[in-house]
Amino acid sequence: MNKVNLNELTAHELLGKLKKEQTTSEEILSILVKRIKEMDPKVKAYVRVDKSNGQTGHLSCQQAGGRQELAKGQTNLLKGIPVSIKDNICTEGYNTECCSKILEGFKPPYDATVIKKLKEAGALILDSKTNMDEFAFGSSTENSFFGPTHNPWNLDCVPGGSSGGSAAAVAADEAIWALGSDTGGSIRQPASFCGVVGLKPTYGRVSRYGLIAFASSLDQIGPITKDVRDNALLMNVIAAYDPKDSTSVDLKVPDYTKSLGNDIKGMKVAIPAEYFIEGLEAEVKHIVEEAVNKLKELGADYKRVSLPHTEYAVGVYYIIATAEASSNLARFDGVQYGFRSKKPKQSLIEMYKNTRGDGFGDEAKRRIILGTFALSHGYYDAYYLRALKVRTLIKQDFDRVFKEFDCIITPTSPTPAFKIGEKIEDPLKMYLSDIYTISANLAGIPAISIPCGFTKRGLPVGLQILAKPFNEELLFQLAYAYEQNTPWHTTKPKL
Amino acid sequence: MTITKETVSYVAHLARIQLNPRELEKLSGQLKDILDFINKLGKVDIKNVNPTSHILPINNVLRDDQPQESLSADKALENAPHQEGNFFVVPKIIE
Repeated sequence: MNKVNLNELTAHELLGKLKKEQTTSEEILSILVKRIKEMDPKVKAYVRVDKSNGQTGHLSCQQAGGRQELAKGQTNLLKGIPVSIKDNICTEGYNTECCSKILEGFKPPYDATVIKKLKEAGALILDSKTNMDEFAFGSSTENSFFGPTHNPWNLDCVPGGSSGGSAAAVAADEAIWALGSDTGGSIRQPASFCGVVGLKPTYGRVSRYGLIAFASSLDQIGPITKDVRDNALLMNVIAAYDPKDSTSVDLKVPDYTKSLGNDIKGMKVAIPAEYFIEGLEAEVKHIVEEAVNKLKELGADYKRVSLPHTEYAVGVYYIIATAEASSNLARFDGVQYGFRSKKPKQSLIEMYKNTRGDGFGDEAKRRIILGTFALSHGYYDAYYLRALKVRTLIKQDFDRVFKEFDCIITPTSPTPAFKIGEKIEDPLKMYLSDIYTISANLAGIPAISIPCGFTKRGLPVGLQILAKPFNEELLFQLAYAYEQNTPWHTTKPKL
Repeated sequence: MTITKETVSYVAHLARIQLNPRELEKLSGQLKDILDFINKLGKVDIKNVNPTSHILPINNVLRDDQPQESLSADKALENAPHQEGNFFVVPKIIE
């Protein structure tokens, strides 16, 4: 009998096995932990894992303490399944450091709402967090205080960022599934680099309470999974109105798994011309065009459209996101939590400056200073206010297209995973790797990345699908139809 | 519009970030490049365009003025680098 390792299965497959009593949550966790200990020295998807004497060390799971709330007839929806969590999502009593020196040792006094929801559904929360670019500032996970994560498909390559740890863990079967966060592409781009499924929900769909903020008008938590069904399943649990998040939207959460398997005949797909220009690697272009043809085979209609303000998206983002970040990161000053500079005889201001100078990495400092500049007297109108206006135009481009089309399809990234060290010295080059993902955050629309093939060198390529606000069901429907008619989701890296 | 080393130094001070001379040099160069790129936003016609600071209309979330459970002083101080009693200890503010 061919025994598949439990850690290689999807959550929905494991739930099936648990239901039939073919396995237990202890067994699943034990095999997962074994895999992490075996693989993570190479992949480095997790941080602060105690690897000493082969003992579990800190790698265990928190569980809901007994009381389980019934939510709309969905009892113990995820009972027994471990979830891996990005290091910027607060878990009460367990280190949450945003992979930054300045938050070293921080143990949140509360759970993020998504964590609370996972626990209510019976899920197990792995207490070692997944690696990330410090404070989510990055597209490669190279900006982590703990060093980079390695792409399971080619260990010399980045896994993407900033949720690189989560994506790599899922790809390497070191996680069943994971949560990431996405501000400019930080779920979708690593999902595409690692050949897994990553969704950025509509802004306001998933609570940000307990997500350590980067840019408050752009951030969203979302699932990173092995297949589309798992992604829909996890969304069922984490999507909800939350009065603790004042930007949370009070809209009923559908059963996202219901649209899976629905026919996509007649679906109107838009292909934006501006996403298929110079800068897009030829191989990626070809693979994405094949994917679009596949969708046509399955019954969807496609047409070229224009999103004319696309070229301004990266510029707009790096003003708005850094401006918001400069405000959100002002709280890290050595007073209430984390690292404090121990230089002798510091005045208060010197303590702030030394703490932040030593505690923040280069990218964090770069973004905070850029953001502060954009908001400062004399520059506010020329940069910040102008960026907010161009943001309106970018949103209007999408509104116009969605009047006629169900969804928009693009490559997720202009290139496959690049080599570790390749872009780190050139911040602008790094920023441009987010060119296709950024607009969805600016417009607040939902976007998913699904695997659509491999380059000749064996690196995954991702297909991005965008839809109108709160139309995740359509994304899942289309993504599922494509996935089930292609072999990508069952292909695994050779580690 | 470009950014000088003096401006970077001043902004770093406003942002309460200490930069050594090497960092200041490197950062100024990088920020100059980034701003050069961003400056192309100047080409966009933004006449009569309203700014979007939040994609959804946001309102203050209010509740009844009834005392509810909140963070205890102990929990609030748990992560403090330096604390004493119910206080976060910091360097002297007033000379």
